[in-house]
Order: sequence, then C-alpha cells, then structure tokens
Amino acid sequence: MRALTRGVLGVVGFLILWELFGRFGFVSAQYLPPPSVVFGELGKLLGDEQFLRDVIATVLSLLIAVGVAVGIAVPLGLLLGSVPAVRYATRAVVEFLRPIPSVATIPLAIMLIGIGPETKISLAVYAAIWPILFNTIYALDELDPLLVETAKVFGTGRVGVMFSVALPSALPFVFTGIRLAATTALVVLVSVELLLGGSPGLGQFIMVARSGAGRMDLVLAGTVVAGVLGYLLNEGLERAQQRWFGWDTAIGGRS
Amino acid sequence: MTNFFKRWVVFVGLLVVWQVVTVYTDDPFFPPPSDIGEAAYKLWLSGPPDKLFLTDVVYDDVLDSLTRLLGGWAIAAVVGISIGIALGRSRTALEYTGPVLTFMRSIPPPALVPVFMLLFKIGSFMQLATIVFGILWPILLNTIDGARTVDATKVETSKVFRVPRVQWVLGVVLPSAAPKIFAGLRVSLSLSLVLMVVSELVGTDNGIGAQLLLAQREFDYANMWAGIVLLGVIGYVLNSLLLVAERRVLGWQPKQEHSKPAQLATV
Repeated sequence: MRALTRGVLGVVGFLILWELFGRFGFVSAQYLPPPSVVFGELGKLLGDEQFLRDVIATVLSLLIAVGVAVGIAVPLGLLLGSVPAVRYATRAVVEFLRPIPSVATIPLAIMLIGIGPETKISLAVYAAIWPILFNTIYALDELDPLLVETAKVFGTGRVGVMFSVALPSALPFVFTGIRLAATTALVVLVSVELLLGGSPGLGQFIMVARSGAGRMDLVLAGTVVAGVLGYLLNEGLERAQQRWFGWDTAIGGRS
Repeated sequence: MTNFFKRWVVFVGLLVVWQVVTVYTDDPFFPPPSDIGEAAYKLWLSGPPDKLFLTDVVYDDVLDSLTRLLGGWAIAAVVGISIGIALGRSRTALEYTGPVLTFMRSIPPPALVPVFMLLFKIGSFMQLATIVFGILWPILLNTIDGARTVDATKVETSKVFRVPRVQWVLGVVLPSAAPKIFAGLRVSLSLSLVLMVVSELVGTDNGIGAQLLLAQREFDYANMWAGIVLLGVIGYVLNSLLLVAERRVLGWQPKQEHSKPAQLATV
C-alpha cells in the first residue's frame, strides 16, 4: 500500500512540475500546454465520436497485424526451429532482412500497396514477425530432450511430438514474443499513421492536430491516449502470461 | 565452416533468382539487384580518391545520419545507465518514480515527434531528442532491473568490507547489472535506427531517410532500394559490433545469463 501511495505521489509530483513548467513560462504554454489544459481537452475528446473511431481504428489494425504475424511467424518458427538444414540455409536471408527498419520500407509500401490501412498493417506485420519468430526458434532449441525421447518411446511420431510436446513447451516463449511484437507493432502503426496519413487512426489524429491548427493540447492528449494504449497492451499481456504460463518457471525473454 | 558456406551459397542463389526474375518480369518497382548495386555504387562509392572514393552524399547525408544515431544512442546510454543504477539501488526512489516511468515507456516514441518538432524546431536537435527519448526506456528499465538484483552475498560482503561508495557502484553493481544493460543497449540500438529514419522522414532534406523519400518521389526506384539495403547493412554491422563488444565485456559471466535471445525485439 505504501508503494502505491508513493507511486501516486510521484505521478502527482510529475504533473505539478509539468504544470509549473508551463505556468512560469519556461516553455511557451502554446508549445507545451500544462496538464490541466491537456486533460480537460482529453475529457472532451473521450466523448468525441470521431476521436474514438480513430482509436478503435488503431486498435483494430493492431489486432489484425499481430494476428497475421502470429499466423506467419509461429509455423515458420516451428519449421526453422525443428529442421536445422532449413535454418542454416535461410540464416543469411533472415540476418539480412531483420535489421531493415520497417519504417524504411514506407516509400516502397506506398507504391506497392498504396496509402490505405493495408499499408500500415503490412508494415506492422513485418515488424511483428521477428520477435515471435526468434522466440519460437529459441524455444525449440531449449526443448527438453527427455520429453521428446519419452514421447518417442511411447510411440509418438514426428508430427505428434511437434504438436503434443514441442508446441506446448514452446508456448511461454512464443507468448513473450507476441508481447514484444504487439508493442513493436503499435510503434510502427503510430509511425506510419503519422508519416503517411491516408487511413484513420491515432497517429493521423496527432498529425492533423499539429499541422492544421497547431493544437498542441490535442497533440498531447492524443499522445497520452497512445501511452495508455501501450500500457494496457503490455500490462494486459504480461498478466495473461503470468496467469496462463505461471507453471513455467523460466519464462523466457523480456522486453 | 560448412554451415557458413551453405548459408552464403543459399544467399547468393537467392540473389541470382531475384536477378533472373526481376530481369524477366521487368517490373519498374522491382529493379534487378545489379541495378541496385550500380545505383549504390554511383550514390556512395564513386567519389574522388582523396575522399577515399566516397561521394559527397556519404559525407553529407550518411555520416550525418550515423552521427545522430550514435550520438543519440550514447547520450541515452549514459543517462539511462546512471539514472538506472541510482533508481535500482533505491527502493524508495523507484516507488516514487515507477508509475511515471512505466507510462513514459508505454508512449510510442513517434507520437512525440510533433511535440519535439515544435519544441526544438526542425533540425538535428529535434532528431536527436526523438532518438534519445525513444530509446532511453529499454536501457533505463533494464539497468534498474539489473541493479536491483545484485546477488545478496555480494551486497553483504561489500558491506562487511566497507567498500567505498564509488567502488561499490563501479566494481560491484555495474558488473552485476552488465548483462541486462547490454540487453537494453541492443534493443535500443535497433530502435534508434527506426527513430532515426522516422525523424528524417518528416520535414528535413538531410539524412538517409530524407534521401529515401526523395528517391521515391522522383520515381528513382533503384536509389530507393539502395537506401533500404544501406539501412539494413548499417543495422547489421552495428548489431554485430555490439555483439562483439558484449562478448568481450561479458566474457567472464556464466554463459546462460547473456545468451538469451529475449532481446530480439526489432522494430
């Protein structure tokens, strides 16, 4: 309870500092509006249907992107993780593709896909694949040989081992990958919405608020909402992980 | 060795396939790799000998981008590690600041680009601010985590021997936190590449990201592909260098601590 009190005090202190910063004119209040203004604006926004639609558009794109990424990365990870020959063969390609930042392919995506919501979703999928893929491969490396051999002794085939032994014991790692991928995908979605516009979403809302009337209070309110989304996402997935995979002592991976 | 060989054979093979397919289909969006290579050569490597054969574009744009990238990363590392160690060793301070830090970390960094654009005007300083703010959190939070979990025996031994404060921080806490710190540094390195590009895509004409956008607007697809490849190469080289450094610095650590792939978040 004391930790909670201190945390609340910390947040209040931060807000007061921010408020004073604007009030005493270190930075023009037009550039960095104080929290009283921002949160007032935020309250209004939460009743605004258009804004809520933007938020929902971003969240929906996020869910689609993560879903597609899981659908691609998990089977691919299982394949690369269980067939060493394929994995060595593709390593150079993977090592080459992975460091290309997804936002660098925005110009490419514009010409190939256009500027609709498909663009941001595809880029988010590209970014989200890697953490899931690597965590899946890693999990298969960590697979306890005792389990595999026991299953084999009891007459389980190769495919059976894959689905009844490898996949369940890889799940905690895969889930860590999904958690990392989800936060990554949110970053990419917001960036693409910001840079590209073209499809409704939180990033576009922020960009329109800035470039149109230069309403920094709206920009910051949008940023706060983006932060809350990111927080809920990470916290929710972490809770789910603890609940579903609490049995796994060494939960793999961290952010 | 054979695996190394196999790997590159497949890589070259795919390159050849790509070449054949692109030449055959003749799609303007997908120039063959040979064209991309030629564009890259013209863009960056056709300079005069007294400039090491590098063109002005390298000195103006690529070097500027790299300076911002590494500068931002270095600033974030210094700030993140020092604050992280202080917070990690003080439970009270962490309890006060924890929620604020968690929230700050949750903000997708690009969302703050408009704020920084107004506060710092458009230019190198705004780009640096974007990079630093975005990549500070993985370093900071990992350092806190590492500093908090110093082995109890080490803590008590240092207390018994009355190890001076400076030595305690530099000689005991920092090394114990090192594996986690490196994990944070690695995440933030790939993130800094992304933020560098994002900050260059908005309202500036300098840097690799800006060049990329320019190439796309001028329908110069070979140059655009060359830019994408260059960013991939930079990411690969920086990551490899960091891995080498990590192995050097953490060579004394028990193996499993730092071989986890947990830090594989690439954006």
